[in-house]
Amino acid sequence: MITVNGINYEIGNELKDKKLSEWLREDLMLTGTKIGCNIGVCGSCTVLVNSEAKRSCKLTLKDVEGSKVVTIEGIALEDGSLHPLQQAFMDAGAIQCGFCTPGMVLSALALLLKNHHPSREEIRQALKGNLCRCTGYQQIVDAVELAAKQMYPTPKH
Amino acid sequence: MTKAFRNDAYAKVTGKAKYTDDYTMQGMLHAVPLHAPVASAVIKKINVDKACAMPGVVKIITAADIPGSIKFGQIIKDYPTLVHKRIRTTGDVVALVVANSRNQAQAAVQAIELELENLSPLYDPEEALLAKANLINPEYGSNLCNYHRVRTGDIRQGEQEADIVLEQEFNTSRIEHAYMEPEASLCHMRPDGVMEVIGSMQHPFSTRRFVASTLGFELKDVEVKTVPMGGGFGGKDDTAALVCARTALCAYLTKHPVKLTYSREMSMRESYKRHPYRMQYKMGLNKDGKIVFVKVRMVADSGAYCSVTPWVTWRSTVQCCGCYEVPNVHCDVYGVYTNNVFTGAFRGFGSPQVNWAIEQLVEMAAEKLGLDELEFRRINMVKQGSTTVTNQVLNTHKVSLGEVMDKVLKEIDYKNKRKHCSYGDTKQDTWYGIGFAISYRGMSLGAEGVDFNSAIINVQPDGSVLLETGVHENGQGAESVMMLIAAEELGLPISRIRYRMPSTSNIPDGGTTVASRGTLLGGGATTNAARILKDIISETLKTYMQRNAASFEKESILDDEGQVICTWNEAIGLCYSKQIYPYAFGVFQAPRVSWDEETGHGDAYFTWVYGCQAVELEVEPKTGKVTLLNIVAAHDVGKAINREMVKGQFYGGMATGAGYGLFEEVPLKDGAVIPTNFHQYRIMRATDLPEMTAIIVENPDPTSPSKAKGIGEPTLEITAPAIANAIYRATGKRYTDQPIKMRKQ
Repeated sequence: MITVNGINYEIGNELKDKKLSEWLREDLMLTGTKIGCNIGVCGSCTVLVNSEAKRSCKLTLKDVEGSKVVTIEGIALEDGSLHPLQQAFMDAGAIQCGFCTPGMVLSALALLLKNHHPSREEIRQALKGNLCRCTGYQQIVDAVELAAKQMYPTPKH
Repeated sequence: MTKAFRNDAYAKVTGKAKYTDDYTMQGMLHAVPLHAPVASAVIKKINVDKACAMPGVVKIITAADIPGSIKFGQIIKDYPTLVHKRIRTTGDVVALVVANSRNQAQAAVQAIELELENLSPLYDPEEALLAKANLINPEYGSNLCNYHRVRTGDIRQGEQEADIVLEQEFNTSRIEHAYMEPEASLCHMRPDGVMEVIGSMQHPFSTRRFVASTLGFELKDVEVKTVPMGGGFGGKDDTAALVCARTALCAYLTKHPVKLTYSREMSMRESYKRHPYRMQYKMGLNKDGKIVFVKVRMVADSGAYCSVTPWVTWRSTVQCCGCYEVPNVHCDVYGVYTNNVFTGAFRGFGSPQVNWAIEQLVEMAAEKLGLDELEFRRINMVKQGSTTVTNQVLNTHKVSLGEVMDKVLKEIDYKNKRKHCSYGDTKQDTWYGIGFAISYRGMSLGAEGVDFNSAIINVQPDGSVLLETGVHENGQGAESVMMLIAAEELGLPISRIRYRMPSTSNIPDGGTTVASRGTLLGGGATTNAARILKDIISETLKTYMQRNAASFEKESILDDEGQVICTWNEAIGLCYSKQIYPYAFGVFQAPRVSWDEETGHGDAYFTWVYGCQAVELEVEPKTGKVTLLNIVAAHDVGKAINREMVKGQFYGGMATGAGYGLFEEVPLKDGAVIPTNFHQYRIMRATDLPEMTAIIVENPDPTSPSKAKGIGEPTLEITAPAIANAIYRATGKRYTDQPIKMRKQ
């Protein structure tokens, strides 16, 4: 069984060797997961597997058996409003063509779950595996910083 | 921080945005191309029998099946949608397999057997220019794709006047666009007889021409609808249009919807690259620090096809001396056919190559004269009222070169930091360098071609507004800019405006969204449409309310005393009740430009932009590792419509420009692209870049209805030479070949 965005799926044997990226896109129609290189280098297909950022084009369904997978379609808040990270990407001008955006957001989310107050350098390190040709990354780093401040306000002394 | 505005941000950040490959249709088949295995050959036979018998194969298509023209192209129709007889490059497509699934098509492609007669290939453009060279396209009688020149002043007199002469060759390499989304298309034949096309392409109207030509259709019978596309940077023109044309061909012949999605490997193999240039410069100087002549010969490798080589090299011709006044110029520029992967448009379009050379050459010249590089530039750079090397007087707009340069150098503290440069000091473990570069750039297409655009503003009975223009959303935020311009002109909140999903069947051909012309041309058309609409509304208020409208603000129409005449909605309601459509079609025609091919003189562009970038870096002598510490840029954009998105253009251009300087190149073997995917082609990562500073300079442009100019390309064209100049001050060595290949010291 694989859980995707909170929904459980039983996986038949015939699907065990299918790429996670293809299954998400073709079978579940979760096309927010993008294919940029299909060899695990560009990061466009990044999803969360048990809260870790993983490249879904490098995984088969066998690899994620029993795991919780979260795609870009699964991170909005329960009331349907945007995740603070999504809002921050919009506000900071971090989106241009948008093809890398889902993967970027999920890599950033995996970082923020572990590190609530990352430095800009730590953000850059966490996004190292996600390629973007439009933005020069700067406003993406701005967005992650902005989201961190909103998600984890520093307690007042 | 001002919040950025993008009409498509919500869809993109939630994963809802649907790019071409995200669409499916009932009964949809999949196509996969077979690429040529060699760069130069004649096809004797294509045996498809085995492939046809493979599971799931529906049809195998070759050039013989094309109902319309086999070849098409933007300037010269020399690109075969499918190769007929002669293979000219390893990017050529020989056949298409259409099957029930992509995997089935992929398997069958490998079962196609080709019988070839290999021809001896030509990979070196200089060799291709020799009289004895084989002809890539025998019908042209030469391997010369195009030739441009400039003859200004008297070169002999310049040579006599020169106290010092510098001679230097510079070389640049092929570059991959590296858009994150590979090419894709989905086509189907509609019941009304229209071939409907979606695709990852930059130019719906150009794509429509490719598709119509291939199918033998009239333009009215092809409708290209645009969907979000994952980056173009000039690269989603010819190849992307060809992918659409092939997909449409498959859909036409199989009578099924067909999708063709390129893998990264196919994209890198076939798609055109930035032109590699060989540039041989000779520059004469007098003792007062003035440039007295420039003589230059440039050879650009066009690869097997023309694409837009004549236009790319034309920009290099016009800007052959960079942003400097030079009284005597002798410039020859050649675009040459070879059997290499073809080259075409890429953000910058012929200027990154020239700036790579000239912005280093001026520093070498200054050094020879014992002047500092700042002083030398001040003496020679264009100023208000200057005459360019093509005899154009810069007087239609503010020439802000000095302003952008001063702002950057002040921000980065250039004069002070320059004192700390290492120049390869062997006593230091880490070398420090700072460098800068400046440029001017002619805006839009210039004398390359016709240059006009249109916008439609269609106000609905409830006062909400549908807007569209002939500009394409490449990811840069073009639609958002048009909405902001319309909102400001009409005094409406942005929420009342929707950018309509564009279709080539609804608005006239506005040319291609290239040349940093989107905001300038589309914005101009939007401004003009909004003004026509306001005239319609004002006329209605005058006739039926006897009031004179003076301004449109905050969803109201005001008279000249600032009194509200009525609300926007009331005005629109009045229009409809009086049988008057609040509908406007606005056009912006670029002001006159001119060009004489014989002399290379003319008002090449109707307006220009100016930019400066400076870079600080460190070099580790032992390893040759370069670390970028800081990049500061100032560009005159005329007027910033969407500030955060303007900054995004700065940062993105600088990042690609930095990659161009430091490591990007596409090496070839036997004419074929060696890197097959991103593991072998490195682009800038988040950790490769320093924090960058974007200084937006605004001198509203009188020739632009919206006062805005462009910013897409200027930001990319000077980062690499600024890096080269900084590396010189760090290492004491000049790197005249791009990318800079650092030697261990």
